[in-house]
Amino acid sequence: MLEKGTAAPDFELFCTPDQKIRLSELAGKKVILAFYPADWSPVCSDQMALYNETLKYFRKYNADILGISVDSKWCHMAFSADRKLHFPLLADFEPKGAVARAYGVYDEKEGECLRALFVMDEQHTIQWSYLSPTGINPGADGILDALEALAQPVKS
Amino acid sequence: MAHSLRPPFSDKDHVQGDIHAPLELVEYGDYQCPHCGRAYPIIKSIQAKLGKELKFAFRNFPLSESHPQAFAAAVAAEAADRQSAFWPMHDYLFEYQSRLPLMPFDAFAEALKLDSQKLEHDMQDPTLSAKVDADFDSGIHSGVNGTPTFFINGRRYDDNWDEDSLLAHLQQMLAKH
Repeated sequence: MLEKGTAAPDFELFCTPDQKIRLSELAGKKVILAFYPADWSPVCSDQMALYNETLKYFRKYNADILGISVDSKWCHMAFSADRKLHFPLLADFEPKGAVARAYGVYDEKEGECLRALFVMDEQHTIQWSYLSPTGINPGADGILDALEALAQPVKS
Repeated sequence: MAHSLRPPFSDKDHVQGDIHAPLELVEYGDYQCPHCGRAYPIIKSIQAKLGKELKFAFRNFPLSESHPQAFAAAVAAEAADRQSAFWPMHDYLFEYQSRLPLMPFDAFAEALKLDSQKLEHDMQDPTLSAKVDADFDSGIHSGVNGTPTFFINGRRYDDNWDEDSLLAHLQQMLAKH
């Protein structure tokens, strides 16, 4: 798993059936990546529903959140509409799990992303990463602590 | 990652039980969440079984995107507190959870024999919605990851909260105390 201080690998993935997002397009913004195993599963649903409620906290720190799983763009579209999510879900679908592999958070056995969080600064250097037990929703406290730490003036 | 309760349990919380009890259970809950509705009688039963060993506090964590009436219900309970009826309103909201989308809050107030005009008036007070926001904020910073989320003596409880599991866990902690 990529650790603090690593430049975040760039990627381009579908976020809707006809639109892609490239990480480097979000230059100048902090980015939170939330890799998760599967749309519709109970823990992932709770986790995405929670981030849906905490978007205003992330925005306060000039941070965008992107959810990533190996589900297809059509599956994401249905899941996102059903849960009324207000942030993009990216399809790490073809080649399957390539982005998760680049970040070191692909579960080869299950063929799914692990449940992992990354917080990167405006230059897209990873500043915090966390691998959660797959069955446990990590919440948003670690993300907010990382964003708050980044907002502190740098000590010389 | 250790998820710990921020701020800690205090007399500013809505508390049931002896403030000096060794076991401290905090629920972050949403009045419109069906899981919290299921947890409600479980907590009651555990409180009855542990008696003076347990104190219980409820903090608001309305998932407004999923549950359109949850925030207003939380404000209603806080408004009822101004008529010393936080817990009766909390209980009533959970017991009649299915009526939330249909029943106006003044009807809840009348059922509890509260001053419904005062309740409606207090529900407009921005300090009460700020209180609900502050609870939500504390929940997010404490690692609440859905509703209900429980904290036991300051630490997030991630295991099952069916009655047998939760009671066994609390009894085990009491034995170690």
